Amino acid sequence: MELDLTEGWIEAELAEEFPHLCVVHALLDARPGRSPLEVRQRLRQLANRYTGGRVIHMRQDAVPWAYRVFARQVGIDPDTDRTPVEAIALERLRHGGFRSHNVVDDALTIAIAETGVPVFALDADRLHGEPGMRLSRPGERLAGVRPLPARQIVVADDARPLAIVLGEVSHDAGVTPETERMLVCALRVKGVPPIAVEEALWTAAEVMVGADRSG
Amino acid sequence: MLQEQQPRLIAAPTLPDERAARRTLLDQVARLEEDLAQLFCSTWPRKGITFSVAGRGGPRLLSLGELEDLRDELATRVQHARRSLSDRTYSEEQHRRLIEDMMLDPAAHKWRLVSNEDIGEPGCKHWHVRPRWSFIGMLMGWWRVVISSGCPLST
Repeated sequence: MELDLTEGWIEAELAEEFPHLCVVHALLDARPGRSPLEVRQRLRQLANRYTGGRVIHMRQDAVPWAYRVFARQVGIDPDTDRTPVEAIALERLRHGGFRSHNVVDDALTIAIAETGVPVFALDADRLHGEPGMRLSRPGERLAGVRPLPARQIVVADDARPLAIVLGEVSHDAGVTPETERMLVCALRVKGVPPIAVEEALWTAAEVMVGADRSG
Repeated sequence: MLQEQQPRLIAAPTLPDERAARRTLLDQVARLEEDLAQLFCSTWPRKGITFSVAGRGGPRLLSLGELEDLRDELATRVQHARRSLSDRTYSEEQHRRLIEDMMLDPAAHKWRLVSNEDIGEPGCKHWHVRPRWSFIGMLMGWWRVVISSGCPLST
């Protein structure tokens, strides 16, 4: 399997404030579907590695801590709106395990839980140009529905916002059962080594492509 | 492999004189968040200490004033959490000593009860000074420390 990882563009004002911030993405020929047995087993094994004590101390680990700091610096309370890795850890504690949804969600869960890096997937055929990061403009909406406050940090293509950073992904850009090519994206912030971001994207891609081949 | 690309620069409206102040504030916020995370981990499993600092409607670029407010609120929260933890650990130390005293001389601490929570430990264990053989023990002054462990089953 080959994977070309590309750093997305970033608006100058944002790059000036957060010099290490970027969205790294990779194109993937894989279709969504039901998770095969191996993926569900991997989720189960991953869930066994989570304990209450480990989740509590997670916020002191370098990568999850870096995303907490970034969340704080951009005005998010990470104790209320959890970073993806903490949200996953909390879900694991609440449900006693990771629930399998579909291969895309499962692959993203595995990638996030193993590396701590937030990863999300977009439908590559519904994008207009390369994705990058910028501040939202007045009157912009997510998926044409949800109004975005001005100057919110978003992942966007040339035409519209695709996702709120550390938040919601637009329905009109997300993966659907009809998706044939995906763009897997990872957020990098200060304090996160590039190798962790690469690992997150490779992990997600490996799970999805592996499942696509076995399915 | 990760392809390093030159970022596509679009605009740079931030005033140059704000940059240094903003960078300093962002670094301070990061350090305070680290302090708060360390305190949170040191505090666990104790309850009742607040660590939350309200969000600012993010993710967005905060103004200089908002960054200062956030830094101040985080600093206050860290200070408050440190003080609460210090008070709590002092009280826990007193309870640990009390357990030792209870074990050494149960009759001097009749009916005293110390729980795991009082010494900052997880679980439902508790030390209770009770008379041996109920009323007979009370009349005869036969006191002992009963150590109970295990949480009650959930209903």
